[in-house]
Amino acid sequence: MSPLDAKLLRDLWRMKGQVAAIAAVLAVSVMLLVMMRGLVVTLTETRDAYYERYRLAEVFAPVARAPERLVDRLAAIPGVASAQGRVTGRALIDVAGMALPVQAQAVSLPGAGEAALNDIFLTDGRRPAPERAEEILLLESFAEAHGLRPGDSIEATMNGRRHAFRITGLALAPEFIYTTAPGEMVPDAARFGVIWMGRDALAAAYDMRGAFNEALMTLTRDARPEAVLAAADRLLAPWGGRGAYARDDLPSDIFVSEEIDGLRAVSVAVPPIFLAVVAFLTYIVIGRMVQSEREEIGLLKAFGYTGREVAGHYLKFVLVIGALGAALGCVLGIIAGRWTVDIYQQFYKFPFLVFRLDYAAFAIAVIFALLAAATGALFVLRKVFALAPAEAMRPPAPPDYSRASRIGGRAARLLDQPTRMVIRRVTRQPWRMAGAAVGIACGFALSAAMLTVMAGFVRTVDMTFDLTDRSDVSVTFTHAVGARTLHEIARLPGVQRVEGVRHVPVIFRAGRKTHQGALTALPRNPALFRALDARTAPLALPQDGVLLSRTLASILDLSAGDTLTVEVREGAQPVLRLPVAGVAETLLGAPAYMELAALNRALGEPGRVSGAHLMVDEAQAEALFADLESRPAVAGIGRKQAARDSLVEMMNQGVGMQRFVMGGIAFVIAFGIVYNAARIAFAERARDLASLRVLGFTTGEAGFVLLGELAVVTLAAIPLGALMAWYLAHAIAAGFASEIYQIPVVFDPASFGIAALVILGAALFSGWLVRRDLARADLVAALKTRD
Amino acid sequence: MRHPAFVTEGLTRVYGEGHAAVHALRGVDLTIPEGELVVLLGPSGSGKSTLLNIIGGLDRATEGSARFRGQELTTMSDAALTRYRRDHVGFVFQFYNLMPSLTARENVELVTEIAANPMDPGEALALVGLGERADHFPAQLSGGEQQRVAIARAVAKQPDVLFCDEPTGALDSKTGRAVLGVLSDVNAELGSTVLMVTHAAATAAMAHRVIHFADGRIREVVENATRLPAEEIEW
Ligand SMILES: Nc1ncnc2c1ncn2[C@@H]1O[C@H](COP(=O)(O)OP(=O)(O)OP(=O)(O)O)[C@@H](O)[C@H]1O
Ligand SMILES: [Mg+2]
Repeated sequence: MSPLDAKLLRDLWRMKGQVAAIAAVLAVSVMLLVMMRGLVVTLTETRDAYYERYRLAEVFAPVARAPERLVDRLAAIPGVASAQGRVTGRALIDVAGMALPVQAQAVSLPGAGEAALNDIFLTDGRRPAPERAEEILLLESFAEAHGLRPGDSIEATMNGRRHAFRITGLALAPEFIYTTAPGEMVPDAARFGVIWMGRDALAAAYDMRGAFNEALMTLTRDARPEAVLAAADRLLAPWGGRGAYARDDLPSDIFVSEEIDGLRAVSVAVPPIFLAVVAFLTYIVIGRMVQSEREEIGLLKAFGYTGREVAGHYLKFVLVIGALGAALGCVLGIIAGRWTVDIYQQFYKFPFLVFRLDYAAFAIAVIFALLAAATGALFVLRKVFALAPAEAMRPPAPPDYSRASRIGGRAARLLDQPTRMVIRRVTRQPWRMAGAAVGIACGFALSAAMLTVMAGFVRTVDMTFDLTDRSDVSVTFTHAVGARTLHEIARLPGVQRVEGVRHVPVIFRAGRKTHQGALTALPRNPALFRALDARTAPLALPQDGVLLSRTLASILDLSAGDTLTVEVREGAQPVLRLPVAGVAETLLGAPAYMELAALNRALGEPGRVSGAHLMVDEAQAEALFADLESRPAVAGIGRKQAARDSLVEMMNQGVGMQRFVMGGIAFVIAFGIVYNAARIAFAERARDLASLRVLGFTTGEAGFVLLGELAVVTLAAIPLGALMAWYLAHAIAAGFASEIYQIPVVFDPASFGIAALVILGAALFSGWLVRRDLARADLVAALKTRD
Repeated sequence: MRHPAFVTEGLTRVYGEGHAAVHALRGVDLTIPEGELVVLLGPSGSGKSTLLNIIGGLDRATEGSARFRGQELTTMSDAALTRYRRDHVGFVFQFYNLMPSLTARENVELVTEIAANPMDPGEALALVGLGERADHFPAQLSGGEQQRVAIARAVAKQPDVLFCDEPTGALDSKTGRAVLGVLSDVNAELGSTVLMVTHAAATAAMAHRVIHFADGRIREVVENATRLPAEEIEW
C-alpha cells in the first residue's frame, strides 16, 4: 500500500467519529432516495402490470339502466377498442359479531374469455358456476378480516331483499386495490366488502335483466379520451347516464396515483437538503484538516508531489466517506423499502408487491452522495493547490483576534474571562458559525415541518369528525326517497335526531374547467352536518346558489360571486346555472353545498333525500341498526366512530412511525453538524484548553469555553429553523394536498417543541462526547503539538 | 563543459512591500560546483533558509537568476518546479517535518514511491542506524531519531542535490556527529551535491566550501584545502 493510502486509512480511523457522523447524514439521504424511488417504481410497475394483465377498463360509464344493445353502439364510438356492460349495486352483508351490516359492492363477473374487462385474480377456491345463483366470490381482505373461507355461507341484503349465498372463492381485482367504505378515506378490510357473482343472478337481484348499469370501455392507442367520454355521455343520457369517467378518476386509482405522486415529490424535495448538509460538513471537516496539515501538504509538495496528487489524497478521504455513506444508505434503503412495502400491503391490495429497486436511483444516489461530499471538499482543495511549499513550512500565524468585537469596558467587567473567549471566537468566524447554525436549522426545520404536517393531518381528522360531521351514524338510501322515510326513522327507538341530506352526482363546469363530483344538499340550518368557514364557524346555506369547498373552488378557479354550470346526472338531468355564494373550508374531498329545498326545487323533486345523518342513543344502537337494515330503502349504514377509528389506526401505523423516523433524521443531521463543529473547535483549541488547564482552570471551565460557542450556535439555529420549518411545512402540505384531502398548516407548539428537544439532545450528546475527550486529554501531548 | 550544480546572479528576495518590506536576500552571486559538500554559515535572520528555499525550488526569487545545471529556476512554471524537486532534490528540514500518521518506513516510502532511482527504504533507515525502528511512529521516536528518519527519507531517493536546513540544530553532539557522518557519506558515495545550513561553525571543517552569510548577502566564500571527517568535528 502506498504511504499516502496508509495515511488515509489512519486519518479515517483517527477521525472515525466525524467520519461516521457525516456518513450517517449521507446514509439517511441515500436511504430516502433509494427507498422512495424504489417504491415509486414498485408501485408504478406493479399497478401497470396488474391493470394490463387483468384488463382494467379505461373508461367507466355508470348509468341508471341501459339496455344491453347499447353496448354495441358504445363500442362503435371512435376511439373505443372494446365495450362491455355489467351490473353493480350496493349491498349489505351480515357478519356475525358486527352490530352494523357491512357495506359492500356487488359486481357481476365478466364472462369467461380473453377479452373480459375488469377481470379478477382468484386467490382461493373457484369461480361460481354460471347457473348457480347462490355462488359468489368475496374480496379476499374482507373475507380474511371475518374469518370467512370458501365453502362458508353468508347472507346479504341487495335492493332491500335478503339473499343467502355460498362462498366459492376469494379474489382481488385491479379496480379494488384501495377500497374504503363509502365516503371514507382509509381502508378498513372489515368494513367494506366486494361480492362478485354471475351476471344473471345479479341482474335478477337488481332488476337489470337484459340491461346494464355500468359500461366498461377500453380505448385505442390514438383515442382522445375527452371525446370518448363526451360521446358516451351523449349516448347514455337518455338512460340516466351518471357521467362517464376515465380510469384515473376511479377512486382506487386516485388513491394509488396520489401515493405515487407524493412519494415522487418527497424523493425529489428532501434528499437535496441532506446533501447540502453533507457538503457543508465535508467543507468544515476537510477545511480543518487542510488547515492543520498545511505543513504536511507543504512537505509533500517539497518532495515533488504535484498539487493534483496532494489534493487527490484529500479528495479520496471524502470519497471514502461518500462511498461509506452511499453503501450504508443503499442497504438501509432496501431494508426500509421492504419494510414500507409490508405496510403498503395492509392498505393496497395487490396480488403481489415486491420491493423493486430503481437501479437508476441507486446510481443517482451514489453519484450524488459522492458529489455532495466532493463539493464541500473542492472549496477547500483550491487552498491545497494555492499553498506554496515554502509557505507551508511555517506554522500559521496565530489567528488575529484584534478585529473580533471589542467588548466595551462596562460589559467586559460583567463577563468573566471564559465568556469573553467564547464571544470572541463566535464573532471571529462569523461565517463558519453561521454555516453551522444554518445546517442545524435545516435539521430542525425538516423535523419540525414534518411534525407540523402530521399535526395538520390530525387536525383534518378532528375537523372532519368533530366539527363538520357531528352525527353518530349516516344512512344511505337506495334512491332519493320522500320525507316520510325520514319521519319513520325519526320515530324509531334510539334515534335522537335526524337530518336529511341529498347527494346528487353532477359535473361542474366553469369556463374550460370541469370536475366530476356531487352536490351535497343540506337543510337550511343543519345541526349534524355543516359547512364551515376558515374559522370553523358554520356557514349559512344560501337560498339559491352553492357554497364551494376551497378545493373545488381552486379546481374550477372560482370565487364568491362567480357563476358555474352544474350538469345534474340524475333524474331529468337538468343543467343548472348557479351563483357561488361562498367558499367553505373542508379538508376531505371537494364537496359543494346547496340548500336542500333549493336543490329539490331545481330538480323538480320536492321533499326528496338520498340519505340521513342520525344522532343515536348508544344503548339502543344494536336494535336500531337491525331495524334500519331490514328497510328496503336503506342501502348503507355507516358509523362515524368506526371511520374515525380506522383513520386514527392508519395514522398510528404508517404516519405515526414516520414521526420517529423524522425525529431520528433530525437527530442525525443535528448530531452530524454539532459533533463535527465540536470536534473541530476542540482540535483547533486543544492547546489553548490545555494551557487553560495548566493555568489552573478546571476541566469544567475549559469545557465551558469549548462548548459555549456550540451552545450559542445551537440556540441561534432554533429560531432560524423555526422560520424555515414554517415555510417548509407549507411547501410539504401543498405537495401532499390532493383532491382527496388537504392538510392545514397550523402552528403546532408541540411539533416545534419536539424538534427543538431532539436538536438540543443531539447537541448535548455531542457536547458530552467532546467533553469526555477533553477530560481525557493528555496535557503534555496537547502542549507539544505545534498547532 | 560541465555545468556547475548551481549558479545564482543578483538573487533578491523581498517579503512584503512598502514600509513592512523585509529584504531577506539582497543580491546573491554564487556558484556551487557539482558534487561538493557546501556549508552555509550566518547569523539568524541573515537569509540562509530563504536562499535554500529558492534554489531548492520551494520559493521564488523577487529578482535575479538561479540556474540548476544551466536551467533557469526563477522562470520555471509551478509544474516544472515540482518536476525539478521530484527528480533532483532531497530536503532535510530544520524541524524534522515527518508525517505524524506514518511510520518511519512509510515516511521514507513517501519519497521513494515517486523517485526514479530510489534505495530500499529499509536500507536507507539502516544507513542512519534506525533499521530496527522502521515500524515506529514519529511520536515514538526522540528528536534526534526523528531527524535521522528525515535524513534517511532525503537520501533514499539518491538525489542529485541534498538541502539540509540545520539538520543538527536540535541534536546532542554525538547524534549530531552521526548525522553529519551520514551526510558526508551520501556526498562521497552517491556523489550528491550537499548544501547544509548550520549554526555550528565547527561543522565548516568537513565542507569542501564554506559560505559566510550576513544580512542577505554573501560576505565570504572559503574553500577548504583539507577536510575533517565528520567524527572528528568539535561541537
Ligand atoms: N514569510 C515571511 N514574511 C516576512 N518575512 C520573512 C518571511 N520569511 C522570512 N522572513 C524574513 O526574512 C529574513 C530571512 O529569513 P530566513 O528564514 O532566510 O533567515 P535564516 O538565515 O534562515 O535565519 P535562521 O538562522 O534563524 O533560521 C528574516 O529577517 C525573516 O524575518
Ligand atoms: Mg533558517
